Amino acid sequence: MKVPVSITVNGKQYDKMVEPRMLLVYFLREELALTGTHIGCDTSSCGACTVHLDGKALKSCSMLAVQASGKSVTTIEGMANGDNLHPLQEGFHMEHGLQCGFCTPGMIMCAADMLKNNPNPTEEEIRHGLEGNFCRCTGYHNIVKSIQYAANKMQETA
Amino acid sequence: MSYIGSSVKRVEDKRFITGQGRYTDDIVLPQMTYACMVRSPHAHAEIVSVDISHAEKMDGVVKIFTGKDTDAAGIGGVPCGWQVDFKNGDTMKEPPHPLLVSDKARHAGDAVAMVIAETYAQAKDAAEMVMVEYNVLPAVTNAKAARADGAPQVHADVPNNLAFDWELGNPRAEVDAAIAGAHHVTTLEFINQRVICNAIEPRSAIGHFDTAYDKYTLYTSTQNPHLIRLLLCAFVLGLPEHKVRVVGPDVGGGFGSKIFHYTEEALVIWGSNQIKRPIKWTAERRESFMTDAAGRDHITTAKMAFDKDGNVLALTADTFANMGAYLSTFAPAVPTYLHGTLLQGLYTTPLINVSVDAVFTNTTAVDAYRGAGRPEATYLLERLMDTAALEMGRDPAELRLQNFIEPFDGVEQEGYMTQVALQYDSGNYAPVLKRGLEMVGYEQFRADQKAAEGSGKLLGIGFSTYIEACGIAPSAVVGALGARAGLFESAQVQVHPTGKVSVYSGSHSHGQGHETTFAQVVADKMGVPIEDVEIIHGDSDAVAFGMGTYGSRSLAVGGSAIVKSIEKVLEKGAKIAAHLLEASVDDLDYAEGKWTVRGTDKSVAFGDVSLTAYVPHNYPEGLEPGLDFSSFYDPANFTYPFGCHICIVEIDKETGAVKIKRFIAVDDVGNVINPMIVDGQIHGGLAQGIGQAFCEGAIYDESGQLINGTYMDYVMPRADDLPSFEVDRTVTPCPHNPLGVKGAGEAGCIGSTPAVVNAVMDALKGYGIHDVEMPITSQKVWNIIHRS
Repeated sequence: MKVPVSITVNGKQYDKMVEPRMLLVYFLREELALTGTHIGCDTSSCGACTVHLDGKALKSCSMLAVQASGKSVTTIEGMANGDNLHPLQEGFHMEHGLQCGFCTPGMIMCAADMLKNNPNPTEEEIRHGLEGNFCRCTGYHNIVKSIQYAANKMQETA
Repeated sequence: MSYIGSSVKRVEDKRFITGQGRYTDDIVLPQMTYACMVRSPHAHAEIVSVDISHAEKMDGVVKIFTGKDTDAAGIGGVPCGWQVDFKNGDTMKEPPHPLLVSDKARHAGDAVAMVIAETYAQAKDAAEMVMVEYNVLPAVTNAKAARADGAPQVHADVPNNLAFDWELGNPRAEVDAAIAGAHHVTTLEFINQRVICNAIEPRSAIGHFDTAYDKYTLYTSTQNPHLIRLLLCAFVLGLPEHKVRVVGPDVGGGFGSKIFHYTEEALVIWGSNQIKRPIKWTAERRESFMTDAAGRDHITTAKMAFDKDGNVLALTADTFANMGAYLSTFAPAVPTYLHGTLLQGLYTTPLINVSVDAVFTNTTAVDAYRGAGRPEATYLLERLMDTAALEMGRDPAELRLQNFIEPFDGVEQEGYMTQVALQYDSGNYAPVLKRGLEMVGYEQFRADQKAAEGSGKLLGIGFSTYIEACGIAPSAVVGALGARAGLFESAQVQVHPTGKVSVYSGSHSHGQGHETTFAQVVADKMGVPIEDVEIIHGDSDAVAFGMGTYGSRSLAVGGSAIVKSIEKVLEKGAKIAAHLLEASVDDLDYAEGKWTVRGTDKSVAFGDVSLTAYVPHNYPEGLEPGLDFSSFYDPANFTYPFGCHICIVEIDKETGAVKIKRFIAVDDVGNVINPMIVDGQIHGGLAQGIGQAFCEGAIYDESGQLINGTYMDYVMPRADDLPSFEVDRTVTPCPHNPLGVKGAGEAGCIGSTPAVVNAVMDALKGYGIHDVEMPITSQKVWNIIHRS
């Protein structure tokens, strides 16, 4: 039995029929083909599926699509404004904050929420803020620098 | 400008930071079905019966295959790609690794059936309804225990679970005699624990048999598409190689675990032909833990003997290497030719003997994990060195400096011939340690350490000076050592009429940044803008041949193949240029994208030459049109990066918590094409090596269950567990490849683990212990402090 959901994703409203057990991350990947949101585990531990729900970072494997009905979701595909990259996207590029790229969307979505709450975090605060997201490539060193880059840039333009 | 040596930002970043990366699980094909494996929950169990009658009737189920089906199809299983013989010359024991087991499960996670349905959720529902009756047998997970008489037999025809035994180096009696007569002998018995590679992208494979063309396509999260194609066609399914395309699209990290040919790849290809529809299988993380080849898992006894002045006299190392239940693709090479051959380290040790028992157990297969054998060798040597220094009352840095091999460049001075088969290419070892000491402020640290005595904190410093063998090659050598494949690389450089350049590389990038680094090499060597160069990799229909990426080989071997093709392009280009300029080839110089007649201002641009090559109206007589060359590069030797890693830890005496205060890495990877990318490779390797020291490790219970087989339970370093790293390098070029490069992918993971453990041991030196088993948890440290 399928049930109706109405979810706004990256500013566009989608009305779909889904199985009640479908997780939000599968809704994004399979129903909407927004494959920038990744699945790295089955225990809500890796953070690769992090998106924003009504502006707050959320692991999209930890919520059912039906629970997101009526709400607004932002994914990595919604972060750039046309050809203008979000400062975090730019930061990850400039500071080599990614290698294989698999954890990157989740890292960027997590960091965006972090910077909203704390525009000028210390290194320790950044590392603490990232503790829900695994990266196996970078040793986190350049991810920290990427977020510092974005924080500086966002403060300059604020 | 010169691109080589500059930190060019990566061209591949754009798709990843905007969510447009295309990993295997992102691919959806028309009519695609989804597979879920039924896996044995038992580590060792006879399969009494498999009942699919209920499952078959479930919603959406398309087909269910069991081991009886693959047996009936005559599929023998996935092969091992490296042969090591017993000491007595017998061939290693190589029991089949079936795609689906029909007789017996040999590790928890062995696949019993494949359920295919219209959606993954339906396949998973039906998989739960496949009724398998097991007769559970006692299991063995520890390699040493598996060797004992009476231990459970993983394979009926492998007595005492011994896959093979192996020995290398000087005669054992001679080495033992030197140890018996030595002034000081340091002995360590330790476990280099099993770790899980844990690329964040779980493995995934899509098999597609296209009935219109009688052609198979396999999309798979692999580090070497062509090798998978070869194994699939020649050994597993007997398919015609020209009718099989293997694509490794964007791959979310490998670290070794995606080198190997896995059963699921063959299953989705074979199954797709049976049902005439594409099949996708993607591992859930718990399946990755149960089925991805793991790393390390050695139990070792090692002795290092010294004379009264602290010179190393002799070394022995005896290892039980856990192979798991089956021999994975390169597994036999890891504890032998990638481990035993590295036991010379950076030291002049005149006598070395190493022996290995490779043992089957009821665990997931073990194979190459970042460093593969070399981290185990380095751990062994560097733990011995620091422990010996402590026992002899010597400074660990000085003891190393005293025993280092003298500098040699491999050109003026010959390469260094070790006691364990390898000849190092070039090396200058003291500067990496001296630079490390300078960066850490060694004297000041010792003063701080002393000052901290009596406080609630303990400070410790640990050293590790390592060497590795990279760019696994040349073919004739690895063939003599048992490789069943050649280990060269190939590359095609295709110049288009407009002067743009497509480069097809047999290396595969899954985070290494080849699309940038290789483009830097091409742009520099050809004198064209980097924007005019595209690197293509990962698709066997686009790239003629390749051996893939592992063993830090891409730039040293794959990059060299590109350089060879560039040389051919420029040689032919010069003939065309000479014709256009009405000059002799010998009178031309090539620089900045044009050929110039020496001493004149007459020149012709690269783009004019490329256009002429494809519009050959005014053209050298007898010369073929086109500007497009392929090359195969088989190097003269391995490459030998080296370095020094230094760790400083602070231990809280109350809680036993260990904090890494600083981590310094001075690596020599030869010439560097892109410093930013090399630093990134080092950082990532350090995190993995530190992870093994501090928190990682597979834990099996007595029944053979991996009890920490999820991300909730298996502890990997998170951002707040690590410091920012302090990295620097020296440059000792490789003398035998055209770029002078040695490889940087594994260095961080090879050197770092013993540095961490040595630092903890230094901090705890007042507590009368000589070793602590990894991973070093707060609990272990607290016990040492509070129970002494």
